[in-house]
Amino acid sequence: MSETTPQHENPPPPDGIRTTGADAPGDLPRAPLAEARGTGRIGDKIFLGLSRGAGVTLLVIMAAIAGFLAIRASHALSANEGNFLTTFTWDANANPPVFGIAVLLFGTVVSSIIAMALAVPIAIAIALFITHYAPRRLSGPIAYVIDLLAAIPSIVYGLWGGLFLVPHLEGLYKWLDDYLGWTKIFAYHDGAARSLFTVGILLAIMILPIITSVSREVFRQVPRMHEEAALALGATRWEVIRMSVLPFGRSGVISASMLGLGRALGETMAVATVLSPSWDIVPSVLDAGGGTFAQNIASSFKEASGDMGKDALIASGLVLFVITLVVNGAARLVIARRKEYSGANA
Amino acid sequence: MAKRIDVSGLTAYYGNHMAIEDISMTVEPRSVTAFIGPSGCGKSTFLRTLNRMHEVTPGGRVEGKVMLDDENLYGSGVDPVAVRRTVGMVFQRPNPFPTMSIFDNVAAGLRLNGSYKKSELADIVEKSLRGANLWNEVKDRLNKPGAGLSGGQQQRLCIARAIAVEPQVLLMDEPCSALDPISTLAIEDLIGELKERFTIVIVTHNMQQAARVSDRTAFFNLAGVGQPGKLIEIDETERIFSNPSVQATEDYISGRFG
Amino acid sequence: MSNLVKDRPAVTGSAPRPGSLRQPRLPRWAPAAFALGSAVVGVAIGLVAGLDSRIQWGLIAALVFVLGSYIASTVVEGRRQAKDRLATSLVWVAFLLAVIPLVSLLYETVKRGSKALNADFLNHSMAGMLDDQAGGGVYHAIIGTLEQVGLATAIAAPIGLLTAIYLVEYGRGALAKAVTFFVDVMTGIPSIVAGLFILSFWILWLDFDYSGFAGAMALAILMMPVVVRSTEEMLKLVPNELREASLALGVPKWRTILKVVLPTAIGGIATGVMLAVARIAGETAPIVLLVFGSKTINNNPFEDPQSSLPYYVYEQWTAGQDASYDRAWAAALVLIAFVMILNLVARGIARWKAPKTGR
Repeated sequence: MSETTPQHENPPPPDGIRTTGADAPGDLPRAPLAEARGTGRIGDKIFLGLSRGAGVTLLVIMAAIAGFLAIRASHALSANEGNFLTTFTWDANANPPVFGIAVLLFGTVVSSIIAMALAVPIAIAIALFITHYAPRRLSGPIAYVIDLLAAIPSIVYGLWGGLFLVPHLEGLYKWLDDYLGWTKIFAYHDGAARSLFTVGILLAIMILPIITSVSREVFRQVPRMHEEAALALGATRWEVIRMSVLPFGRSGVISASMLGLGRALGETMAVATVLSPSWDIVPSVLDAGGGTFAQNIASSFKEASGDMGKDALIASGLVLFVITLVVNGAARLVIARRKEYSGANA
Repeated sequence: MAKRIDVSGLTAYYGNHMAIEDISMTVEPRSVTAFIGPSGCGKSTFLRTLNRMHEVTPGGRVEGKVMLDDENLYGSGVDPVAVRRTVGMVFQRPNPFPTMSIFDNVAAGLRLNGSYKKSELADIVEKSLRGANLWNEVKDRLNKPGAGLSGGQQQRLCIARAIAVEPQVLLMDEPCSALDPISTLAIEDLIGELKERFTIVIVTHNMQQAARVSDRTAFFNLAGVGQPGKLIEIDETERIFSNPSVQATEDYISGRFG
Repeated sequence: MSNLVKDRPAVTGSAPRPGSLRQPRLPRWAPAAFALGSAVVGVAIGLVAGLDSRIQWGLIAALVFVLGSYIASTVVEGRRQAKDRLATSLVWVAFLLAVIPLVSLLYETVKRGSKALNADFLNHSMAGMLDDQAGGGVYHAIIGTLEQVGLATAIAAPIGLLTAIYLVEYGRGALAKAVTFFVDVMTGIPSIVAGLFILSFWILWLDFDYSGFAGAMALAILMMPVVVRSTEEMLKLVPNELREASLALGVPKWRTILKVVLPTAIGGIATGVMLAVARIAGETAPIVLLVFGSKTINNNPFEDPQSSLPYYVYEQWTAGQDASYDRAWAAALVLIAFVMILNLVARGIARWKAPKTGR
C-alpha cells in the first residue's frame, strides 16, 4: 500500500505532456519509482519514435511524389518543341518531341463537368430519399447497398460501360441530335457513342455512391429539433427539407461533391475503356474524340518508348496531380469551415 | 380565434408500445392548461398528439378523437400540415433556424402560408416580437442570426415565430426547462399575456410553475415502467394543488413520489 | 431566405381557408396510379414513335410521371402540396434513375461472367492462348493480385496504423497538423499519379524492372491514407476514461496503447484495413504502368512482370475478341466477388465488434 501512495501524488500526465522526472533525486523512497518510470520512458520513446517516424514517412512520400514528378516533367518540358499548354499533338517519341495538353485539359474538364452536372443533383436526391422519403424498412438496406456499390472496381464500370452502355446510348444520342443537334454541342454524326458525354455519364454513375453516402451522413446529422421547428409551423415535407435540411447540409454536400469531382478527374480505366480518343477538340460532346489526362497516360504508356515518351506522360500526370490537389484541398477547407460552424451552434 | 379542444378516447403508440391510453379531456379556450406528472408518463406524447406531431416520430400512431371546436384533427381528409398551422408549438429546447436571421425566423411560417408585401411582413414580425416581449431587445439587430441570442431570448423568438402565423392553440413542451430563472420568469409573464389571445397548453416538470401560470391542471401518471401513461385527473389548478380528488395526485404534489 | 418570397407570386389556392382543416387531397393510391399510367404512356410513345432505345422510354415515362402528378396536384391540392409532390416524385425518379445502371452493371456482370467461369478458368493461366481462342483462365492473375495486395498491405498497414496512433495518442503541434493535412491530400491522389511516381522513382531512376513489387508500392501509397483515416476514427472512439484508468495504475503510455487502446479498437481497425484492401484490389492503372502484365504464371512478385485481376480484365477487353470479352466478364465477376466478400466480412466484423467499442 505504502509503495503505491507516491504514485497517487504524482500521477502520469494523461496526454503527451511529459514531466522531466528530475524532481527529488536524493529522496530514497522515490528512487524505485523513478526507476520504474525510467523503463517506461524508454519504451515510450521507442514507441513515440516509431509512430512519429511513420507520420514523417507519409510526409516524405508526399514530398517525393511532388519532387520526382516535377524533375521528370522538367526533363520533358525542356526538350518539348511544342507549347505544352496549347499544342494539339502528342509526339513525345519524335525527335524533337512535340506534345501539349490542350486536348487533355479540355477533355478532362468537359467530362468532369458533365459528370458533376448529372451526379450531384441525383446524389442529393438519393441521399434525401434515404433519409427522408424511403420507407423506414428500406432506407437501411438501400444505404448499405450504395456503400457496397462504392467498392466496385473502376475497371468493372469500364467493362460495363464499353460493352453495354455504349451500344445503348447510340439511340439516345440520335434522339438528342434530332432535337438539340442545332446547338452543335449536341450534334451526333453516328459512329460508336465513345464520346466525352459517354465518359461523363459513366463517371457520374461511378461517383454517385460516394457523393450519396457523404451527403446522406450530413442530412442524417440535421438536428431533429430543427426539422420539428419547421413541421410545427405547418411545413410540408419539402418545405422542411428546404428550410432546415438543405441549409444545414449545404457545406457538407459541397465537400462531398468536390470529393466526387476529385475521383472523376483522376479516373483512368473506365475512361480508357469507353472513350475513343483523338488529338483534337471535337465541338460536339456526343461525337467520339478527345481525351483525358489519366486516360491518355494509360492508353499511350505502352507505345511510349524511351525515357522521353514516359517523361512527357509524367509531365501531364503532374498537371493532373496539381488539379486534384487543388480540388481536394478546397473540399477540405469547406469541411473544416463547417466543423467550426457547427461547433459554434452545438 | 382561440378554440376549445375536446379529446376523447385517445391512445398513442410508439410501434407496438402503448405510450398513453384512453385519454379524454377538455381544454378550455383562452386559458392555460398545464400537464404535470412524473417522467415517462406520456404528457409530452399527449401534447404532441394535439397537433399531429406525434405521427412524425418513427412508429408513432394515434387512435381516438381530438375535436378542435367541431373538427376532428384525426378525421379523414384532414391535412396534418393544416393542423400544425392551426395548432402552434414551442419546444423544450429553443430551436430557431440556425441559418436564418431573427427577422426571417419570425417570418418563416408566414412565408410558407402565403404571399405578403414587404411592409406587411415587417408589421407582423414586429407585432409578433412585441407579443413575445422580445422587440426591444432585438429591434436593432433583426438581420443578425437567431442562433446568436441567449437561451431565453431564443425561446421567446420561437414563441414569436409560433404566434406570427396566428394559430388557434399554442402548445408548449417544457418551454422553460432549458432556461435560467430570470428567463423563465420572462416566459411565464409572457404566457400570462398570451392566454388573452390563445388557448395554451403547457407541459411542465415544475409544479410551482404549473401553479403560477395555469388555470387548469391535468395530472398524468403511469402504473409502472413499460405501462402506458394515463390521465389521472384534470381540474381547476387551485383545486388540484389544494384539494385533489385522487390520492395519487396529492402524493405527487406533496412530493411523496415522482 | 429570400427565395421563400420569390416562389410565391400571390398564391390563392393554397391559402388556408379559415376554419377548415380539411384540404382536398389526392387519394392515397394516386402516386402508384400515376407511376403505372406514365409507364404505359412511356411504352406507348416509345412503340408508336419507333424509338429503339429503352433509355428513351424510361425518360419519357419519368417526365410524364413528374409533370402529371404535379399538374394533378396543383389542380386538386394547391400549389404548396403540388410542390411537395413534385419534390417527392423527383426524388423517387432520381432514385430509380440511379438504381437502373447500378443494377444493370451487377446483372450484366453476373450474366455474362458466368458464361466462361468454371473451375478450369480459375486454375489455368493464359499461357499459349490466342485472344480469339475460348478457354484459358485467371490463375496467374489471381496469384498476382494476392501477392501485390498482400505486399501493399504489409507496407501500408503498419505505417498507416502507427501514423494514426501518432495522430490520436501523441499528435500535438505543427508536425501532427502537417501529417493530418497531407493524409487528406494523399486520399485524393489519383491512382495513375501514384503509379507515375513509382515509375519515375523505382523504374526510371533506380532502374529496376517492372515487377509485382513495384505495383505493390503504388498500391501501398493509395492504401496508407485510407488506413490512417479509418484507424484514427476508431481510436478516437476509445473512451478517454479507459486510457486514464490504465495510466493511473502506473502503466506506461506505450503499454497502455498496446494493451488497452488497440485491443479495444481492434475490430474497427481490422474493418478499416480490409475495406482499404478491397479498394486497392480493384486498382488497374498502377498495374498497367508498373507490373506490365503477363500471360503466364509468375509466382515471384519481386522479379519480372505479373498479371492481376483488374489488369486481366483490361487486357482481355483490349484484345477485342468474343472469347476475350467472355474472359473479361468472368474475371470481372471474380474480382467483384473478391471485393464484395472482403467488404461483407469487414462490415460483419464492424457490426460484431461494435458494442465493445462503447458506442
